[in-house]
Amino acid sequence: MSIVKNLINGTNFDHTSLNALQKVTLRAVVMSFLFYGLVAIEGMIMRMVQTGPVNPLPEMFSHPDHYFSIMTVHPIVGIFGSTYQLVFAAFMFLVPFLTKKPLYSIKLANFVWLMITIGTALAWIAAFVWQYAPLYTLYWPLPADTKQFSAIGGIIFILGVALIMVGTLGFIYNIYATIFQRVGVHKDKTTKELLISGFGIDGMLNLWHKLTGRPPYTKEPALALPVVAIFRGTVDTFLDAIVILGAGVLVLVYLVFDVAGHPLDVAAIDALLYKNYFWWGLDLVADGLVLIYVAGSWYLLATLITGQKLFMENVARAALMLELLVSWMVWSHHLLADQNQPEMMKLISGEMVTAFELLTQGLALFITLVTLWKARPLKMTMELKYLLGGLVGFGLAVPAAIIQADMGMNRVLHNTQWIIMAHVHIALIVGLYMTLYSALYVLWPIVTNNTKMYSSKLSNVHFWMYLIGGIGMGAFGGMAGLDGMLRRHLYVDGEFNTLMILAAVSGSMILIAWAIFLFNIVMSVGIKGLIGIFLPAQDPTASYGIEPEKVAENHKV
Amino acid sequence: MTFTNSAELLAFHETAYTIYALLIISVIAWFGYNLTRKEAKSIVRIPFYGYIAFLVAGGVGHHIFTYNTIPWVSQDITRHSITPDATYKFEIEDHKWIGLPKKITVQCGQTIEFDVRSRDLVYGFGLFRQDGSLVLQMQVNPGTDVTGILESNDLLWTFNHNGVFNLTSTEYSGPAQYSEDGKDLMFVKNFVEVVGCEDGGKK
Repeated sequence: MSIVKNLINGTNFDHTSLNALQKVTLRAVVMSFLFYGLVAIEGMIMRMVQTGPVNPLPEMFSHPDHYFSIMTVHPIVGIFGSTYQLVFAAFMFLVPFLTKKPLYSIKLANFVWLMITIGTALAWIAAFVWQYAPLYTLYWPLPADTKQFSAIGGIIFILGVALIMVGTLGFIYNIYATIFQRVGVHKDKTTKELLISGFGIDGMLNLWHKLTGRPPYTKEPALALPVVAIFRGTVDTFLDAIVILGAGVLVLVYLVFDVAGHPLDVAAIDALLYKNYFWWGLDLVADGLVLIYVAGSWYLLATLITGQKLFMENVARAALMLELLVSWMVWSHHLLADQNQPEMMKLISGEMVTAFELLTQGLALFITLVTLWKARPLKMTMELKYLLGGLVGFGLAVPAAIIQADMGMNRVLHNTQWIIMAHVHIALIVGLYMTLYSALYVLWPIVTNNTKMYSSKLSNVHFWMYLIGGIGMGAFGGMAGLDGMLRRHLYVDGEFNTLMILAAVSGSMILIAWAIFLFNIVMSVGIKGLIGIFLPAQDPTASYGIEPEKVAENHKV
Repeated sequence: MTFTNSAELLAFHETAYTIYALLIISVIAWFGYNLTRKEAKSIVRIPFYGYIAFLVAGGVGHHIFTYNTIPWVSQDITRHSITPDATYKFEIEDHKWIGLPKKITVQCGQTIEFDVRSRDLVYGFGLFRQDGSLVLQMQVNPGTDVTGILESNDLLWTFNHNGVFNLTSTEYSGPAQYSEDGKDLMFVKNFVEVVGCEDGGKK
């Protein structure tokens, strides 16, 4: 088949054969990867500006208004428009798939991706048109500072974020409604049994029974371990949505009063208290749902790839509960440089409880590796490669953060490029996205009805460019942080340009890798297929009947 | 072992983390290679609970190590009971330093208190060496107490090495911190000079 024919028709993709659940999943995936491209371009613009006078971009990108408006929307597009969208799509497919029950509502799933897409677009427009740039941290009273920012731009930005959070609440409702549906295998389960399993209490009781020499509390937990992780992580997703919505309402009230000509006194809100509130919520993304969802995804991928039971499953269940509790108590590590933050909170929440993340994430890494090891020999498939890449990502990123969550280190690392590059970008780009790519390759034949990937060579090129580019960008940026480069600062004189040029070269590898990946996908589904994904499904089925165990058969040598 | 300034600490940190990063990448690459081989055997058997103990020891041990080797940790915790050799108070408003001394000269080994207050936004206070590396920083939050006096953001620091340090805000407070062409308007060249130390630091 010629390239043009492939581009139009794909390999063997037939969108009319997809059911409603498959279509809604793919719609969100498409939007997620489009936003990923946008965020990669934004990232590259910022990387290039930081190289100083050698950067070839038009001068407007170095203007502070423009530069910081990009920096403001970059995490909104990346975390919500792309990552949330992809994770939500995967989980709204996986929960019905793993529980063998239909998704509670396809309409609600469509509402979710639409809300997140529109919300992200609004936030982006607010930054692009009005250059609203208080950054994602929204440190009070900056988001309500109408001397620097347009109130209208702020209102549109906050409305955008609010829509994203409304979409998020829709996802949460859909997930829990599906889990608690008493149909199929859960027809005879009570809500209490599902709750006990969802919180991993059955895993803890099994461990306790083992220690006290009694028979297990339950041999067959009501919910599979990955569903438990989704259940648990979604608790943090909910709390986070409430906190961000709350902060949004506060900012909105101030901006609306300002537009009405009756500005309110920003000093009425305590800046440090606000920081605590905001970081408590925002940290539930970074240290809560991401880590829990990722651990659950690793367990799922390891069991699907090997076809074997997870190593130390009860410990894994209990550790997910521990991770949830830990995630509620670690926010003070963001406030170690705030001198008025109580010392005990810095010590206990900022240092000691935060250190537990080394334990919970280290456990997840160990359990995943041992599960894979016990099943060798395995074929080095794309999903296995990406899973290993994801493990490398978190293996690098988590200790980088634990190191900084220390009163001594924080004094010389806070707000430098260390945390945003060596931790955040490696965790997201390498750790999280490689895990998601692994899930994508596992789910691809299931969600697309065995569509042949256009080129496995391109898949491999994507993998290596992405891995090297992701680690390279994080490493060079992290080194710049150690040299004193700040993360929310504009450098126009090329102060750190050697490292920034290397980071920009690595960043461009990520961007090229994305283009290759997108090309491979478009050539597989074809433009007709891509459009077809957004047409109504002829088959309204909201579940997928393939047994998960069958996926493992593809990985055996 | 004691780190007398951030340069020593950061150099140690860079070496230690680089070794760790290469190690974890190598371990997982080795794992990936052997996952495909039937004849692969475990080199070392890691006991599960031993591994957990290692992680706990790593997480807690890191803080014990830094508490005992980085002098500014305990000094920061007990700073309200320490009398500084000198105190410098100044404020920030509209992205401008108010009441800032033109230059501060510090004798080697002196402990200085910086008391910075903000009248409007969240700023930062950071000192940098001439090569751009960070000496110290803190956040400067706005706010007043019940009597209407601006909240203090105070940092105690003992200078053990000679040097001339620049000042700027380390927290983003909006684009107004910069000129149209991107120059940092809160940057103060050569704000602190430390004199009297020997080459390797301290008197």
